[in-house]
Amino acid sequence: MTFINYASREINCKIVYYGPGLCGKTTNLQWIYEKTNPNAKGKLISLATETDRTLFFDFLPLELGTVRGFKTRFHLYTVPGQVFYDASRKLILKGVDGVIFVADSQVERMDANVEAVENLVVNLKTQGYDLLTIPYVLQLNKRDLPNVVPTADMVRQLLQKNPAEPVFEAVAMKGTGVFETLKGVAKLVLSELTKAG
Amino acid sequence: MAAPDIVMYEEEFNQIKQIISKLRVDANAKVVFLVDKNGQQIAAHGDIENLDTTSLASLTAGNVAATDGLAKLIGEKEFSILFHEGEKDNIHISIVAQRVILVVIFDERSSLGLVRLRVKKASQELNDVFARIIAKVEREKQQAGAAFESPFAEITDEDIDSLFSE
Repeated sequence: MTFINYASREINCKIVYYGPGLCGKTTNLQWIYEKTNPNAKGKLISLATETDRTLFFDFLPLELGTVRGFKTRFHLYTVPGQVFYDASRKLILKGVDGVIFVADSQVERMDANVEAVENLVVNLKTQGYDLLTIPYVLQLNKRDLPNVVPTADMVRQLLQKNPAEPVFEAVAMKGTGVFETLKGVAKLVLSELTKAG
Repeated sequence: MAAPDIVMYEEEFNQIKQIISKLRVDANAKVVFLVDKNGQQIAAHGDIENLDTTSLASLTAGNVAATDGLAKLIGEKEFSILFHEGEKDNIHISIVAQRVILVVIFDERSSLGLVRLRVKKASQELNDVFARIIAKVEREKQQAGAAFESPFAEITDEDIDSLFSE
């Protein structure tokens, strides 16, 4: 649910990073945090366990600039990826405007990817959204590792939409593809506003 | 996506600002702010210069969402009031109009009783304002028919690209 404030001329959008445990959702946010102009970002909040596993969510507010006289802000959230945190994942999807699915490219994580996408579809539904209509992009992360599934195979197993959602290859640790992915979903969210009606 | 669910207009925004600034004075509070359930800050009033209100808004919404989840687990509809007591400062959180969160931060110069009393009154006023906002959005939508007037109707790819050019 995009929040438009005509009085202060602001528009706020909520983007959620989804995906299986340890796929790199928080790493994406950390890279964005490190590489963004200090004036454009707020604090990166991580509600994590002592071993740095996300417990509830990470949150990063970004101020991107103005479109059509409106200050544009993106609020980036990650969900906890571990299977047993499902109740928390549902809560974070509340009011989401766009979803980035971060898939782990390693062969042994393919099952976890498929399970997480299915979980995303179900949880979106409980919040009243349909993955087929919501702005959605797919990021294939960890492309630099030796044991990765070929892109075409991953896409075949994970693709949800027709026409297909945008797919981005990434190495979040090194920042490759991180901003491209964010920009991809931002584009979809903002163009969704143009056809509001 | 249909038209956005909350659209804030100047007139109602000013009314909301008035209500929360009055609440701050009446309740003798340090800060009063209003967040929607998704964590977007709507308005804030008080000593907010040294306060990270964006983070506060997001965490408050997370807190309310988690508490809502707890309520449902034990068969309650919602816990409409949350109260956090600190050594110096306290936070009083309540749900208004089923969709927005009213947060009052206060210290020893006020008391929980006073805050609760004043929040109750302000909540009624805020309820009315939000009812008007929703009615207005509905009306505009109907008037405009299928083509709800979006200020973003003419966003171009260049506009979006320019957001990311740093």
